[in-house]
Amino acid sequence: MRSEKPTGMRFRHRLRRDWPLLVMVLPVIVLLGVFHYFPTLGNVIAFQDYSPYAGIRGSEFIGFANFSRMFSEPAFWRAVANTLSITAVQLVFFFPIPIGLALLLNSVLSAKLRNVIQGVVYLPHFFSWVLVVSLFQQMIGGAGLLAQTVRDHGHSAVDLMTKPDTFILLVTAQSVWKDAGWGMIVFLAALSTINPALYEAAAADGANRWRRLWHITLPGLRPVIVLLLILRLGDALTVGFEQFILQRSAVGGGAAEVLDTYVYYQGLLVGDFGYGAAAGLFKGVIGLVLVLVANRFAHLVGEQGVYSRS
Amino acid sequence: MTARAVWEEEPTAIGRLSKPVVLTLIALAVAFPLYVVVVTSLSSTEAVTRAGGLVVVPRELTVAAYVQLLSGGVVTRALFISVMITAVGTAFSLGITVLAAYGLSRPGSVFHRPLLFVVLLTFLFGPGIIPSYLLVNSLGLIDHYASLILPTAISAFNLIVMRSFFMGIPGELIDSARIDGAGEFAILRRIVLPLSKAVVAVVGLFYAVGYWNAFFNALLYINDNNKWPLQMVLRTYIVQQQPLPTGAGGIATGTGLGLQPAPGLAIKMAIVVIAIVPVLLVYPFIQRHFTKGVIIGAVKG
Repeated sequence: MRSEKPTGMRFRHRLRRDWPLLVMVLPVIVLLGVFHYFPTLGNVIAFQDYSPYAGIRGSEFIGFANFSRMFSEPAFWRAVANTLSITAVQLVFFFPIPIGLALLLNSVLSAKLRNVIQGVVYLPHFFSWVLVVSLFQQMIGGAGLLAQTVRDHGHSAVDLMTKPDTFILLVTAQSVWKDAGWGMIVFLAALSTINPALYEAAAADGANRWRRLWHITLPGLRPVIVLLLILRLGDALTVGFEQFILQRSAVGGGAAEVLDTYVYYQGLLVGDFGYGAAAGLFKGVIGLVLVLVANRFAHLVGEQGVYSRS
Repeated sequence: MTARAVWEEEPTAIGRLSKPVVLTLIALAVAFPLYVVVVTSLSSTEAVTRAGGLVVVPRELTVAAYVQLLSGGVVTRALFISVMITAVGTAFSLGITVLAAYGLSRPGSVFHRPLLFVVLLTFLFGPGIIPSYLLVNSLGLIDHYASLILPTAISAFNLIVMRSFFMGIPGELIDSARIDGAGEFAILRRIVLPLSKAVVAVVGLFYAVGYWNAFFNALLYINDNNKWPLQMVLRTYIVQQQPLPTGAGGIATGTGLGLQPAPGLAIKMAIVVIAIVPVLLVYPFIQRHFTKGVIIGAVKG
């Protein structure tokens, strides 16, 4: 669009020219202000002995007492440990799958078949977590199809939906089912930017299909892989709230408590608002630091990162 | 690419055999659970009993479960609420997103950089669950339908996608309209929007699916179960397996409607199907507009 230089043009003149644009942006700015920025200030209750009756203004400031209590609470550290383990397991078992899917789909020659498969694997991304958990329950839960079939053959069935030991694999399987297909898109886009002449030249030089994969395809995907890996690491404390809150009562807090559900339970269900806000603030601040560090690291290794340092 | 390039070697036997198998398995992993749920929702008591639960082989199909669910009561009400929230929420979100995306699409306009920064900064942190709850509570929006729309009405991602698309529209078009005396609102309506139907459709569908699937806001802000959207009903009666309420205000009984009552499992699966169907209906439209250009290109830009 137009990019006339604002320099030299008087502010008042620009304001007179651009005020309709400001009016257009206003509703969004107001909404973000009220529902995003303003409640962010509400995190001060993390430093208060907050009482809903006294409100933020009337509640007593207690410094870091909520935090020191939190750091001595085994349940809090278990939530941290669960969150980090789930991130780690997802990095190993989830992260490579979209890459593999993209390579597989890219090798399918028929465009029609490719479209059909794409249509099928993107679909679950648009299902709600409630729906995904419901479907898993019907397939592998205690009253589900798998248990039903196993029982029909005279064995005793296990309920995979309520076993704490395997919960981490269950949630990873659910994430794969829901989002692995969707995650493939960005790799497909990257694959389409690789110059086909490179493959031809390599083949002429005698490189077989595996060497071409190793020396052309994977280097072509490298920037995207590094970017997504860094994004995921920056988001290490976020594993999704809905998926866990839905299954926490069936599996128990031992395995299914992650940081977000811990905040929800301590703050809203126990009613300890200040303490819950402290846990939420801890997650938010560490998460922000992780994102910034991960992005700095991306720049260091010569990748673009999430935002550029313009 | 529809044919193998001449320089490429013949596919190996293993590759030729395993690829269709793997692709079929992947497609089945998505389709099979949906199929079982649909078949069970259409099954009679006898069919469910014979199968010992979920029904894989369809037999004696009946729509009794759907008739019972949709003739008043919990699910009918929740369905109506979800449809209304989705319609109103999508119109609202899309409207203010289009306006803001256009308002931010001109570098060099007054306050352009700080306003864009205010939007982009929301990617980096959220207010947190507890402060959000306290805010909605202090605004008196607990148990109010507005709490299902306002707090999450803006997706900065959708806004940026749309803005990038608007920025790709040739500036000459807009300049010539301005010379003809058109104001910004007229330019948006007569020039920009007609050129942006695809991106408006995709962003609208993303918002719609988001509202339809939303569960978190209702969990936090809606205590009155008469105001529950469908996802909360799904959670309560399917995921948490609470007994289905029948009779007045609950789910209509089959005998009251003069038909063979559907088994409890078919009713449950019918609730699941009702939650899926709208997504399936809009999905082909999302897919059609979802060319790589719309989202990926926009995100990179």
